[in-house]
Amino acid sequence: MNIIKNRYLYFGISLLVIIPGILALIFWHLPLGIDFTGGSLLEVKFDQGVPLTGEEVSAIYADFSVPNAVISNPVVQPMGNDSLSIRSKVMTDATKSEIVTSMEDLSGSSITVLHFTQVSAAVGEEVAARAAGAVALAAVAILLYITYAFRGVQHAFRYGTAAIIAMLHDVLVVVGVEAILGYYLGWEADSLFLTALLTVIGFSVHDSIVVFDRIRENSGHYKKLKYETLVNHSIVQTLDRSINTQLTVMITLLALALFGGASIRHFVVILLVGVFSGTYSSIFNAAPILVVWENKEWQNWFRRKPSTAQ
Amino acid sequence: MTRRPYLMLALILVLIAFALWIDLSNQVTIMNPFNQQAIIDRNVSIRLGLDLRGGLQTLLEADLPPDVSVSSDDLGVARQILENRSNALGVSEVIMQVAPPRRIVAEFPGIDNPDEVVASLQKTGLLEFVDMGNERPAPGTVIQTDFGQETSAQPTIIPTTTVSTDTSPTETPVDTPTETPATDVPVIYHTVMTGTALDSVAVTQQTGQYMISFTLKSDSKQLFSDFTGSHVNQILAIVLDKTVISAPSIDSQITDGSGVISGNFTQQSANDLAIQLRYGSLPIPIKVVESRTVGPTLGAESVQKSLFAGLIGLTIVILFMGIYYRLPGFLADLALIVYALLTLMLFKLIPVVLTLPGIAGFILSIGMAVDANILIFERLKEELRAGRTLQQAIDLGWSRAWPSIRDSNFSTLITCGILFWFGNAFGASLVKGFSLTLALGVLVSLFTAITVTRTFLHVTLDNIKSAEHPRWFGL
Repeated sequence: MNIIKNRYLYFGISLLVIIPGILALIFWHLPLGIDFTGGSLLEVKFDQGVPLTGEEVSAIYADFSVPNAVISNPVVQPMGNDSLSIRSKVMTDATKSEIVTSMEDLSGSSITVLHFTQVSAAVGEEVAARAAGAVALAAVAILLYITYAFRGVQHAFRYGTAAIIAMLHDVLVVVGVEAILGYYLGWEADSLFLTALLTVIGFSVHDSIVVFDRIRENSGHYKKLKYETLVNHSIVQTLDRSINTQLTVMITLLALALFGGASIRHFVVILLVGVFSGTYSSIFNAAPILVVWENKEWQNWFRRKPSTAQ
Repeated sequence: MTRRPYLMLALILVLIAFALWIDLSNQVTIMNPFNQQAIIDRNVSIRLGLDLRGGLQTLLEADLPPDVSVSSDDLGVARQILENRSNALGVSEVIMQVAPPRRIVAEFPGIDNPDEVVASLQKTGLLEFVDMGNERPAPGTVIQTDFGQETSAQPTIIPTTTVSTDTSPTETPVDTPTETPATDVPVIYHTVMTGTALDSVAVTQQTGQYMISFTLKSDSKQLFSDFTGSHVNQILAIVLDKTVISAPSIDSQITDGSGVISGNFTQQSANDLAIQLRYGSLPIPIKVVESRTVGPTLGAESVQKSLFAGLIGLTIVILFMGIYYRLPGFLADLALIVYALLTLMLFKLIPVVLTLPGIAGFILSIGMAVDANILIFERLKEELRAGRTLQQAIDLGWSRAWPSIRDSNFSTLITCGILFWFGNAFGASLVKGFSLTLALGVLVSLFTAITVTRTFLHVTLDNIKSAEHPRWFGL
């Protein structure tokens, strides 16, 4: 099996997933939840089963909107058959109680408040900034660790960089998929999404390291071997492990997605996408990048005749 | 270690027995056999997070301009007062933590009146001076007063001279009989005046003793003078939000509206009391910047579903390992069960507050626990194919797989650490819970993969010769 030979094909497959995601990010933006933007999220269950329509809810919100707390035009989304998720600007707790009472009056059904979350805009912005910092910090810490762990190998820094590129690949895949799903399913990126993203980062690097570790070991044994061959051999040797580990993690995640509660489905689906991407990128991106780097192939990228690379 | 698998096996069995004991009990008690005293008496029931049992989580912030710095002392005092306040509301298991530089995270599990709680957190505290007669309540006692009850609560503010105290209980001259009947069950004490009567409060030091000096606003001087005049040697309690914070006795009449409170104060305790007097309540204004309410029904449903999902996931993984890796796979399954038992034990002992993402982190860590075993078994198979003997292959498999297990898991731990830091800064207990359970899972899985599976494998091979057939290793 020669994975390295087809490396540009695999890079292409990655781009096929990433580019639509980036386009979605540009045109639709990442739908940020109130954890990052600030605002109010009210999730209610109509005990008698028939929820109000979006217009009816909007009308009630408009009634309680006052100049210094404008909450008209809430975003109303059904959750299942009997529940609504309503997003608006921040309101007082008293207003919330009155709104719930009004909804009960109008619908003739008692209402259970499943969730009520309010985040002030300032906190939201701070969380968003801190989240970006957390991702950047994770990347730097991991880069340093890999460079340290591979200090015995030539060009240890390349391994760290390749792992980070593969990691960025996974971040782009996950964020892009979130933007696309956000557009079609109304999902919003909240702090759980961020948790999923950071986990994917950890997992992605985890996978890359396993492949790199084999390269590290083999490069001690087969000094005469061409670097390309060495890397390919290492990938193939670890392939069983990569697939099996991915299978077990995907099985547990799939079980969670299918049978776990609705409240973590979003979280789990993002993890599924990320874990798959993480394994793919460690095999088909991270290790091949080392070869591209070793051959300095970018010197040939823009020549008329593509050389050895293809 | 490889040469002494039986010793390891014994240790592992002891550990499993201990884990089972913890996992199956809600209360752990160890008695001292000599004097029948409990050495350890701990509640080890599983703690569920707010998202699972319902409740309210709020993030409170100092309501000051961003360029005004908030001292950590002020924040600490505010936290203490808020906690007293919520306890006075009858909310149990309140968790309040200072999140520097200017926030406090408050969690109220299982409450059904979030609106009321939020309102009480934001209100300014009520400071009262209460006539206790000859009764000296211990600080922290919750009492009822007549202030705000009805119109009769007309405070008799009586200035006096020196109020002397002991913040340390016990001795004070108890004299006169009293007009306050301290016998009846719900005693309602009379509020002499409230914190609004205070003009200024300062900590002073005389001959090495810390005291708190105060002056009253002019319209309260007469009232205080009258009261202290007629209640000399009785107790005038300082009460914040119906909780006694200090109970000085009146030494003599205070006519000019200024007096001192003396007692066995340290600088710290004098400052604390002065702050409480000065601000009536909170040393800094507080606003709610974030609040999350979760209904209890949603939580219960989530727990059941997630546990069910976890069980299904675990079962499939166990089947997969057994079928694909045969004998070592089966032993790894046993190790996986040990892993689950140990992790649960740690959750209960530490204790880890379980949140929904926390459960997800735990289930994800099952997948990662398997990974270490898979790495080793793939290695083991390779060594067997290369013609090594089984014992050699086992040891080589472990030692060669170790660097990749170490490095990959360490990078996961790095991410966990960063997640934990992120969660801590915002009281985002969901994120924190996830990172904590995942990190614990990774650490325990390292232990089981390295120690438990290997010991099981050695012991099995020692005893069952036919187990050495390559078929049992999926070759």
